[in-house]
Amino acid sequence: MTDAIVVDGVRKRYGEKAALDDLHLTVGRGTVHGLLGPNGAGKTTTVRVLTTLLRPDAGRATVAGYDVVRQADQVRRCIGLLGQHAALDEELGGLQNLEMFGRLYHLGARRARTRAEELLERFGLADTGTKAVRHYSGGMRRRLDLAASLITEPQVLFLDEPTTGLDPRGRAEVWASVRSLVGGGTTVLLTTQYLEEADQLADRISVVDQGRVIADGTADELKARTGGDRIDVVLHDAGQLGAAVALLPIDTGEVSVDADRGLFSVPVADRMSALTQVVRVLEDAGIEAEDIALRRPTLNEVFLHLTGCSQGAAIDGARSREAV
Amino acid sequence: MSVVGAVETVREEPGGKVSLALSDSWTMTRREFAHWARQPVQVAVSLVFPVMILLMFGYLIGGGREVEGKYIDYLVPGTLALTMAFGLESTMIAVTRDLNKGVIDRFRSMPMANGAVLVGPSVADTLQSAVGLAVMIGVGYAIGWRAHGAAGECLAAVGLLLLFRFAMLWIGIQLALVAGRPEAVQAVQILVWPVGFLSNAIATPESMPDWLGTVVEWNPMSQTAAAVRELFSGHGAEAGHVWAAVIWPLALLAVFFPLALRRFGALSK
Repeated sequence: MTDAIVVDGVRKRYGEKAALDDLHLTVGRGTVHGLLGPNGAGKTTTVRVLTTLLRPDAGRATVAGYDVVRQADQVRRCIGLLGQHAALDEELGGLQNLEMFGRLYHLGARRARTRAEELLERFGLADTGTKAVRHYSGGMRRRLDLAASLITEPQVLFLDEPTTGLDPRGRAEVWASVRSLVGGGTTVLLTTQYLEEADQLADRISVVDQGRVIADGTADELKARTGGDRIDVVLHDAGQLGAAVALLPIDTGEVSVDADRGLFSVPVADRMSALTQVVRVLEDAGIEAEDIALRRPTLNEVFLHLTGCSQGAAIDGARSREAV
Repeated sequence: MSVVGAVETVREEPGGKVSLALSDSWTMTRREFAHWARQPVQVAVSLVFPVMILLMFGYLIGGGREVEGKYIDYLVPGTLALTMAFGLESTMIAVTRDLNKGVIDRFRSMPMANGAVLVGPSVADTLQSAVGLAVMIGVGYAIGWRAHGAAGECLAAVGLLLLFRFAMLWIGIQLALVAGRPEAVQAVQILVWPVGFLSNAIATPESMPDWLGTVVEWNPMSQTAAAVRELFSGHGAEAGHVWAAVIWPLALLAVFFPLALRRFGALSK
């Protein structure tokens, strides 16, 4: 059985800048694959090449076994695309949008209509009537967009930052929809800046930076490479930081210290036992902790670890801008 | 869980590429109709504007400038041709607006005929222009103009007008694709004014300075206006004028239609 997506040495330049620089990627059928990376890493360019919107300068890529350049028409019959920006006619209503896309997929007038109604029902948009899409909430728009990309049940679905700009509720809605698709046999390629999102949805993750894949594996494998989960401890007296760190069990990874906040952060392999261990060690030494938190590594940390450069800071910047 | 009532595979396309392209274009034409249904006022305004031009020249500026016969017989067919060159901007803006929105990515990632994204608005506009012509002819009758030509001649006149409109639209679409943004379209639109008024639509070339008269006679719009005027006159039309009114727009289409489609295709670069 061939893979759903194969990208072999694809390059794409915009002027001086290489958006994709010898990118390789393989996605097995029926799996969810996450492309994780900061803004400008080449995630969207990858999706645009694979959905026939952009011609690569070099290299080869196939989707559902078809070449994205030479067999673009066949590729288009097998894919669905949920882009970063709502790909909808904002002036029309939900039903009008889906019916139009159905006709353009050549379902025929009657089938386009019934399919549109089914999808509106399924995505909880059946009662939107003739309301124009521009009056929809962000979450509703995203759901309609997702419905539009599923008109012909696609073999391969591309989700380009599907939750960027959504509030937590909208995000949860989209996640639930994506999860319900998986298992139907659809292959999903998902791009995201959020490790949590990739973690929640993807079977495998490729970390992309500067147009190439710098690491890939399951979420657990990647996190293990960065030292897994972390315990953050804020001490009452920052002066005791050195003493506290010295008491830590030797099997923990590299400890980072923030003296200003009286905080130290320890990567841990075994979450619960490590937590009790840390608490006991501090208690026995009579060091008072103000706050103890067990958390997943941030994308920043994964990145810092994988690239060993300051790229991570750029991601944090991007993230905080998104959050505004 | 699988997708409810999913379509297993996309139907093997019945019919040839051409019939698919036509059906896609029609779908995109209907999309424009759906837009208009949501903004009836705008549509009404676009129908009223040409009527105002007609009344303005008929009553305010009027006064046959060295015209043989009644000026209104000269003016009405001329204004019909003139209005075919105006109001291109709504279609140009429709095209650029799509290009700047995410929806273009969906269209381009679908197995549809890509040109339909451009053909749809141009066909919808031409159909709207046909309605516009009907309104104008009605107003013309109300202010005393009469079509004297046979039914066939009058239909041919309307056909030439719409052909001219269609050709102008594709120049507009190409310019819109080059301009790229709705704001730029407004500037480009000004180019229509010289085409419109440096023509024989409202005044005869004989009434102008020699050099201007020459420019005016070479203006494709003058060819259409002259042929339409003759077809409506009832005195028969000069074959040369009618042919010019057929060939000029077709020649423009032969240049701008492929240019626009190519420009659209180049979005994947």
